[in-house]
Amino acid sequence: MTYFFQQALNVIQLGSIYALIALGYTMVYGILTMINFAHGDLFMVGAFVCFMAAAWLGLPFVPALMLSMFAIALLGVVIERLAYKPLRQAPRVSAIITALGVGLFLENFTLALSPYPKQIPPLMANQVWHFGGVAVSSLQLLIIALSLALMFMLDFIVRRTMLGMAMRAISCDRATAPLMGVPVDRVISITFAIGAGLGGAAGTLYALAYPVIDPYMGVMVGWKAFISAVVGGIGSIRGAMIGGFILGAVEIMTAALLPSTYRDLISFALLLVLLIFRPYGILGKPHTQKV
Amino acid sequence: MRRETKVRQRVRIHKCMRFLRNRTIAAGIAERLLGPMRRLCKACGIFSRGGGANAGDRPSLWGWIFSCRWTAVVLLALGFAASFAIPRFNLVNPYYQLILMYVCINIILAISLNLVNGYMGEFSVGHAGFMAVGAYVSAILTVKVLPAGLGQVMFPLAVAAGGAVAALVGLVVAIPSFKTRGDYLAIVTLAFNMIVKSLFENIDAVGGPRGLLGISKLTTLPWVFVWTILSVWIIRNFVYSRFGRGVLSIREDEIASDMMSVNTRHVKMLAFVVSSFFAGVAGALYAHLMQFINPRMFDILKSTDILVMVYLGGIGSIAGSILGASIYTVLLEALRPLGIWRMVFMPLVLVLVMIFRPRGIMGFREFRLFMRREDYEDRPLPAPPIASQDGGEAPT
Repeated sequence: MTYFFQQALNVIQLGSIYALIALGYTMVYGILTMINFAHGDLFMVGAFVCFMAAAWLGLPFVPALMLSMFAIALLGVVIERLAYKPLRQAPRVSAIITALGVGLFLENFTLALSPYPKQIPPLMANQVWHFGGVAVSSLQLLIIALSLALMFMLDFIVRRTMLGMAMRAISCDRATAPLMGVPVDRVISITFAIGAGLGGAAGTLYALAYPVIDPYMGVMVGWKAFISAVVGGIGSIRGAMIGGFILGAVEIMTAALLPSTYRDLISFALLLVLLIFRPYGILGKPHTQKV
Repeated sequence: MRRETKVRQRVRIHKCMRFLRNRTIAAGIAERLLGPMRRLCKACGIFSRGGGANAGDRPSLWGWIFSCRWTAVVLLALGFAASFAIPRFNLVNPYYQLILMYVCINIILAISLNLVNGYMGEFSVGHAGFMAVGAYVSAILTVKVLPAGLGQVMFPLAVAAGGAVAALVGLVVAIPSFKTRGDYLAIVTLAFNMIVKSLFENIDAVGGPRGLLGISKLTTLPWVFVWTILSVWIIRNFVYSRFGRGVLSIREDEIASDMMSVNTRHVKMLAFVVSSFFAGVAGALYAHLMQFINPRMFDILKSTDILVMVYLGGIGSIAGSILGASIYTVLLEALRPLGIWRMVFMPLVLVLVMIFRPRGIMGFREFRLFMRREDYEDRPLPAPPIASQDGGEAPT
């Protein structure tokens, strides 16, 4: 039983990181129907910014997190303005391929600047408490609490504020939204900033939990977050959160029950099965196509 | 409405003028660089939209030669002879021969992915998975099953077997594509790629994560040449057949083509099978060229490479795939002195191409080579395959 609780804690930790990244995918998809494949690499750059803040500037945790979120949000907006905005009217696939190209660029640029994996210095003292055999570290609690707080904040923004209403309006009908006075370009940029900022936060938290970072760490984590977004129903914000936790649970459980080399195999096979029964994800709406 | 002030108006006019001037200068440079090539193309009637040799106004020798069907045969024979002669007499530096073989293998990969992504309009991101299947199956055959002495003789068989098994796997991947499209199908193919990779990592008989060693070098220039020509020829004929028309109609509108009684399931299955067959063939050739394979060679980054080639060259175009694969491979090799920075440079090129030519270099266009004007203008298009009344198989 303690083993189960221990694993459940790990599930929540990994799942909340996946969910944070998946939110970036799903927000951009919801508003532009475009898969931002560079998002996993924004996450990686976030981890590297955290490294720079910690190792070179010697910042403590909270400023490092803020710096990373801000820098990645800025990077996200710059990428959107330079690479994606000229392609709004182009075929959808060109934008997706551009995103792949931007992702490759970020990976290789980071690789060229730092060819070796980096070790992040500990940003805070890690305390471990024992609750009846279950070891809970302060780091784990911090990661879980922070990501849950960010997710609730996002949910609040999207559902309760004018900005969120503008986002929903654009995702509902992009042609009509500007006629109702929604500044489309600005809202899209803000969406990118928020999504990328969440990615940067996820990068920092991930770097805290697994302190060795390398330029290709964003590839696998990014694809997995994308899968969680799709499992939850891409375009749906609550779906992305649920999807992240499901993927985390599947991964941790297979790693706990089977040899760890089977982890990817089982988790992807399960996702395929899930997609067969719910082809549009858990909270996604099947959009009927009209001829 | 806000009225523009005089100053703002003048600034705008000034900007407009500057833009036009820059544009003229750029056009002038482009004309200086590309002009001779364009004139040559026009003379040969390659991009012929009116004008050119085929219009009958100015018959030129080159135009006649390049529109003649027999030229293709002669060129193929010459190429085949060259592919034998080059390794035999060492006409070209071995390093260039190797690059030539990489180019050919990448052409097969790009062209087969273009069938699904370009012509059918799906978004498959797991092409390296099929490649892995072909590579492993053929390598197991030549290393473990077939007698060692017969390697060179049995090689085409092993390659074809690799392709066939990959095609079978492609059939399985085609089944989810009946229900889902777009991003969800992308997930399916992505998951397929990861599953294949981690499956091979978990089978100890083929070396697990360490990979399969001791493959003999059976891939030679003539074989690569033959398989490349074969794949171009088959996929070109497939696209222009009635099944190919069905594939195109699925891209344009799946429901409408279903209504027009195109058997979409049949067509999709066939497209996936053909595409994965050639991916498997390319994998087999690759394995016997590298003489060593491991699962990490066929991960998602390899799939991304193939995607880049296809979209760089242009979707829905065979000439585009050939161009894209050649440019990508050769440029990557040519930039080798830059070290790691070439990997930074290539994605930039891709992004720029996408911004200025969103459909890729040749998107939806072909060179009009080796066919006369009347061949492609007045010919009625073949009808797409039609499901018979009882809903059974399509008559071909």
